[in-house]
Amino acid sequence: MKEKIADLEEKARRLRVAIVKTLHKSQSGHTGGSLSAIDMVCALYFHKMRHNPQDPSWEGRDRFVLSKGHAAPALYVTLAECGYFPAEDLMMLRRLGSHLQGHPDSKGTPGVDVCTGSLGQGLSMANGMALGFKLDGKDNRVYAVLGDGELQEGQIWEAAMAAGHYKSDNLCALIDSNGLQIDGDVSKVMNVASIGDKFKAFGWNVIEIDGHDMGQIISALDKAEAHKGAPTAIIAKTVKGKGVHLFENKASYHGVTPNDEELPEALRCLGCCD
Amino acid sequence: MIATRDAYGEALAELGGENDKIVALDADLSGSTKTGVFAKKFPNRFFNMGIAEANMVGTAAGLASVGKIPFLSTFAIFAAGRAWEQIRQSLAYPKANVKVVATHGGVTVGEDGGSHQSVEDIAIMRAIPNMTVIVPADGEETKGAIRAAAAYKGPVYVRLGRNKVANVFPAGHKFEIGKGNVVAEGKDLTFITTGLMTAQAVIAAEKLKEEGISARVLHLGTIKPLDKELVLKAAQETGAIVTAEEHSVVGGLGGAVAEFLGEECPTLMKRVGIYDRFGLSGKSDELLKYFGLNAETLIEQAREIVSRKK
Repeated sequence: MKEKIADLEEKARRLRVAIVKTLHKSQSGHTGGSLSAIDMVCALYFHKMRHNPQDPSWEGRDRFVLSKGHAAPALYVTLAECGYFPAEDLMMLRRLGSHLQGHPDSKGTPGVDVCTGSLGQGLSMANGMALGFKLDGKDNRVYAVLGDGELQEGQIWEAAMAAGHYKSDNLCALIDSNGLQIDGDVSKVMNVASIGDKFKAFGWNVIEIDGHDMGQIISALDKAEAHKGAPTAIIAKTVKGKGVHLFENKASYHGVTPNDEELPEALRCLGCCD
Repeated sequence: MIATRDAYGEALAELGGENDKIVALDADLSGSTKTGVFAKKFPNRFFNMGIAEANMVGTAAGLASVGKIPFLSTFAIFAAGRAWEQIRQSLAYPKANVKVVATHGGVTVGEDGGSHQSVEDIAIMRAIPNMTVIVPADGEETKGAIRAAAAYKGPVYVRLGRNKVANVFPAGHKFEIGKGNVVAEGKDLTFITTGLMTAQAVIAAEKLKEEGISARVLHLGTIKPLDKELVLKAAQETGAIVTAEEHSVVGGLGGAVAEFLGEECPTLMKRVGIYDRFGLSGKSDELLKYFGLNAETLIEQAREIVSRKK
């Protein structure tokens, strides 16, 4: 297990490097929230989820919904690492003619199942998938990554209510709780605390973790899968911009990309020498 | 006479028996929208999502993405209105195979008043890429439209009413998405109509005959895609068009026809509909009269447009 965790940590480090390089190349996109979510996305794709990069539409696959769609770089670098498409494609992020839209678009990108980006809609879709699997008696699981700022959208709580009501225990929501949104602290813009209590009130199983501790992420995902009769919310405390001190805990890096001056230092922080 | 929503309930329940991929969702209005008929027959394939329309749309998108064919229903004002962006983002953008069947469209909702009368939904649904927009004339056409929507792969918006409406089409009428129907032949002008206004146009055409005016009635059960062939033919052959819909004159059927003909074949045109205002409380027949949504208005407009042709 220790080896597995070390392996995933190293994968996440490499994915962080890929995020920084991709965003530096595109000069458009969201740095902070991609770096805060990447450990969870990495754990899902390289440890937890059943999926097959050689057959992106394999029916037996688990589903992933990046509800905080602006963290698309975190998903794209992971899909590229899995082999859903060539890593060179990442250099075309957000460019005309590329299949890598600014926010996930299921129409063009292998491995992307849902269009997201307009905040607040992903959990509804994830629960719809979960209900569909249950209806068919299938054991596929559905994972959705949400932002804590995103929880200000009312539709999230409609979806939380419905998933609790329908006891969608094949659904797991991971809340990337980095505490920051475009205009500043989530608690100051519009306080959504206490997130865990809110999900509990809607009948969810709630697990609170450090979202950068790979061991805790894996353990929480395993517990979520084992929990029957209710959906699970993993409230993951994270750091916006995690891994690069230049970007850490800075709301200003929500939608800002590394510039030429910042790139070498960012890569150095991530232990990347090339 | 039958309400289009009743025909929907019947058709959906029938389809449910033929295809187990069909699921239905409602937002606490299953008695009114008639999805309750399906719910009774297939309780495990029916999801009451509570009074939460935005989530209902997203849930339907999720169900579609794992292979289901969801039909979701609520009143038109809450579907096309409240959940517009969810329909755009979660259904139309990814071309999700979801059918939005909105009932209680237009002013015939009646006493509930302006807050509940959706007179903009055709326009706002029509503006969304990938969206197909259907407004049946009667119960028979509704049954065909629901069947066609289920067979079609992609998002569809079907707009239905609350009240019973006169029959225009015979039993077994075949509905094809994107195809209009010439309900009555004529050469002096064409009424291009949709929804309950088609029956009014048939009455108007009959009365105009007595005055020596020959009116064609072209019913468009699909607003989008527009049946360009029949519209162009009507413009070229009759030289005058009167559109009619239980909807705002902004952006609906009249708008669609005007946009097309403006570029392809500028033609004398009149639009019968609601002139940029909200609905009011009242009995549905009183409201139709108040807003001029009847054969009398169509006759007046026909007379005027024919006189302008000369």
